[in-house]
Amino acid sequence: MAKETHKQEFEIMRHDLVPLHEVISEEEKKQLFEDLNITPDQLPKIMDTDPVSISIGAKPGQIVKIVRKSHTANEAVAYRLVVESND
Amino acid sequence: MERPRSITKKIGSINFSLLSPNEIRKMSATKVITADTYDDDGFPIAMGLMDPRLGVIEPGLRCKTCGLRVGKDKCPGHFGHIDLAMPVIHVGLVKTIRDCLRATCRDCGRLLLTDKQKNEYREELDKYKLEGRDNTYLLKQIIKGCVKSEKCIHCDREIGKIELDKPTSIRENGKKLTPSEIREWLEKIPDEELPFLDIDKKSARPEWMVLTVLPVPPVTVRPSVTLESGERSEDDLTHKLVDVIRINQRLQENRDAGAPQLIVEDLWELLQYHITTYLDNQTSGIPPARHRSGRPLKTLAQRLKGKEGRFRSNLSGKRVNFSARTVISPDPNLSINEIGVPMEIAKELTVPVKVTSHNLEWCKQMIKQKTDSYQEMEDYTPSVNYVIRDTEGMKQRIKVTERNAEEVAEKLELGSIIERQLMNGDITLFNRQPSLHRMSMMAHRVKVVPYKTFRFNLSVCPPYNADFDGDEMNLHLLQGEEAQAEAEILMKVQENILSPRFGGAIIGGIHDHISGCFLLTHRVKKMSSDYASHILAAIGYEGGLPKETVEKGKYVSGKDIFSTLLPDDLNLEYRAKTCLNCEVCNAPKCPYDAHVIIKKGRLLQGTIDENSIGAFKGRILDRIIRDHGMDAGREFIDKVTRMGITAITLFGFTTAIDDEDIPEEAKRQITEGLEKAMKKIHGLVKAYENEELESLPGRSLEETLEMEIMRVTGRARDMAGEIAGKHLGLNNSAVIMAKSGARGSMLNLSQMSGCVGQQAVRGERIHRGYQYRTLPHFKKHDLGASAKGFVASSYKTGLTPTEYFFHSMGGREGLVDTAVRTSRSGYMQRRLINALEDVKVENDGTVRHSGGQIIQFKYGEDGVDPARSLDGNAVDINRIITDIKEGN
Ligand SMILES: [Mg+2]
Ligand SMILES: [Zn+2]
Ligand SMILES: [Zn+2]
Ligand SMILES: [Zn+2]
Repeated sequence: MAKETHKQEFEIMRHDLVPLHEVISEEEKKQLFEDLNITPDQLPKIMDTDPVSISIGAKPGQIVKIVRKSHTANEAVAYRLVVESND
Repeated sequence: MERPRSITKKIGSINFSLLSPNEIRKMSATKVITADTYDDDGFPIAMGLMDPRLGVIEPGLRCKTCGLRVGKDKCPGHFGHIDLAMPVIHVGLVKTIRDCLRATCRDCGRLLLTDKQKNEYREELDKYKLEGRDNTYLLKQIIKGCVKSEKCIHCDREIGKIELDKPTSIRENGKKLTPSEIREWLEKIPDEELPFLDIDKKSARPEWMVLTVLPVPPVTVRPSVTLESGERSEDDLTHKLVDVIRINQRLQENRDAGAPQLIVEDLWELLQYHITTYLDNQTSGIPPARHRSGRPLKTLAQRLKGKEGRFRSNLSGKRVNFSARTVISPDPNLSINEIGVPMEIAKELTVPVKVTSHNLEWCKQMIKQKTDSYQEMEDYTPSVNYVIRDTEGMKQRIKVTERNAEEVAEKLELGSIIERQLMNGDITLFNRQPSLHRMSMMAHRVKVVPYKTFRFNLSVCPPYNADFDGDEMNLHLLQGEEAQAEAEILMKVQENILSPRFGGAIIGGIHDHISGCFLLTHRVKKMSSDYASHILAAIGYEGGLPKETVEKGKYVSGKDIFSTLLPDDLNLEYRAKTCLNCEVCNAPKCPYDAHVIIKKGRLLQGTIDENSIGAFKGRILDRIIRDHGMDAGREFIDKVTRMGITAITLFGFTTAIDDEDIPEEAKRQITEGLEKAMKKIHGLVKAYENEELESLPGRSLEETLEMEIMRVTGRARDMAGEIAGKHLGLNNSAVIMAKSGARGSMLNLSQMSGCVGQQAVRGERIHRGYQYRTLPHFKKHDLGASAKGFVASSYKTGLTPTEYFFHSMGGREGLVDTAVRTSRSGYMQRRLINALEDVKVENDGTVRHSGGQIIQFKYGEDGVDPARSLDGNAVDINRIITDIKEGN
């Protein structure tokens, strides 16, 4: 089951509804785990085949920082662990 | 002493396996061969379904297998078995059987895959396992791949098409396979190919999916009950097993006697049916087995499934001790934190108290107070129901009676536990079903009262959604200090005044509390000092009487009486509910006394109504809670409700049918208005029929007509309401209730005295019924107002028969809507609760699942508790700015 990278038809990261995603550095990663007192598997996940992952070049094992607009807080930060997809 | 922390463990995996025929025989205490249960003397028959080797149910009897009794030493019961004359398919596993047959060859039993394909799949499966990924999809793919082949790669046999005939028959190329043939086929599948069929070779062999032996559950699983008449009634499972044994026996006899194939096959089918229904009596495609009374039998699957099943009824939900249930009734003199508990209940419910050197004397006194008399006493004196003595690890429970009280009290030792009856001030949980939100279960302090109902303050009705038309509620007693403390801090009614839904109060003055305060504060209410002291006494006021005004007679103002409830630092200015939203608002100087100004805790002007003390909108209530805390909020609600009720009782307040009377002149005006509207509608219909009507943009002609007519009927009702409203002033009790927000609305009143208005089904005028008309009373194709559900009468004058019918149609829609809505939203809520029950907010502000998986990095993304928020905002900026401006 070969992974098929779909041809990007347009720059999805520039779409209004797609929040900011960025891969964080190793130091930031270490700091995050320390702050939250967690192991990587306790984070929410994102597949490496997700259009966003492909677009920003996130690889399994890396962590993606997402900054969303929020109704309650103006900006909400979330993190996701990049995982290999099932097919 | 530090208590050991509870250890949390994670379930790594759950393994399901099949019982092999050998295992079934090995664990069997006896073979069961006779369908009879008891002999004529009432003794269980050996090798019958109630054989004493399968365990015992009568207390005192000893089990023939383990020698233990049922009560104390606990014989767990033992399985037996039935040897089936012919094999039978297990309904729960037919799909797996079908897949096995589809993927293998009938002759050699091997998978229909080349070695190369097999190796590829094996690698893929290993990889999935290593990574802990879900392999269901891949396994499906493997079977699909096998089905495609036409010939066996290993022995060249042609592969037939396997079809499953629900529920339990399987055909190969249209020819039915017998369970024996299927079993033989499955036997041929080699062990090493099982992983491709999603079977773990350590836990199952495929041929075990075709039963040759049936385990018989222990009698403890299917106890028989002796009815009052002395008759024995057997469990449904026993009934079903009797059927299985009977048919099994007949099948064996017929087969052994060499009966014709047809008869044997029929019996075989019947055996299959009985075993299928024994496992699951709701298998689709076959009629459920029924009791003699016609009730379907509750067999194995039915014991587990659904609302009444083991999971939802016994594991997710349990019945509890230390609880009580009775009818509820109101008591305005109780605090919102209190609950009135009938004496009879208080004497039955207990709280455990450990006897220590500090409370020994008190405990003894409590025990000595025991009386057994059931007569209602003036004063309730709590006593003790049980003393639990712990002697050398053996717990001894002594029942305290009036006779042995003295003796038990003297013998009381340190370290014993007394089960003390309910006392005033005990903390309890009070609940009304359906428990839809957390305010459906709140903590109340006990007040023991006479008579037989639970009583509580009327302000607490809305969170429970309770009324007193026969509602019952539940009470739970907390048995430990830790639980009591937790309830006190988190669950007391006063801690739940602010709703987590929107951060406002959901408990506040209702109904008469609001009418009472309205009467007390509207314009200048002149009160004699006698009346004033009466009201102030009711709220336990201890200061001096508010200053009397001397102009035009000596009196105390109602507004000043109300002001005694307000904290001294309260400054507020807002519009009352009574505000008419006049086109030119003369703001501070409102001619209707609807502009409230409170300065330094004194009500200077304006009327107190729903916008001041009601739930959801009560401005004073809201401000007091925010500035002075929950305790002050509770005190305010307690006092304002008591003041409202005292005031309304003092002034007198009543509403009757004559509140809806309007003068003849008004009636004439309304009739005229309605006639005008009718004419207008008639004109519209005429225009439509002559095709002169111009359609609105984007609408058809018919839609335009309907919309225009709806608009005219709507306006006609408003007109009637307006005319009626003009003649209903604030001297009318019904109007006071509507305007102050206590109960009812002006629409209700105008429907009673003016005109009920257009009835609608699905948002449209009523149009269905007979051919081209709603009722036979009208001409066909009549599009007029009264033919399509306009009710011109008022409730007071009464409806005409056709109006009444249309009104019922509209009313029915409302009822059906609510019924559908509640059932659907109930199911949605169940799913939500099941999905979210383990999610909680951790101390670091993250929202996590039971395994520590993060759901939200900050609760609600902003970390704000909505119950403490203002409309969802953490800080009330406007308030801070005004406070700074005014230098408070
Ligand atoms: Mg009710
Ligand atoms: Zn036993
Ligand atoms: Zn073959
Ligand atoms: Zn006004």
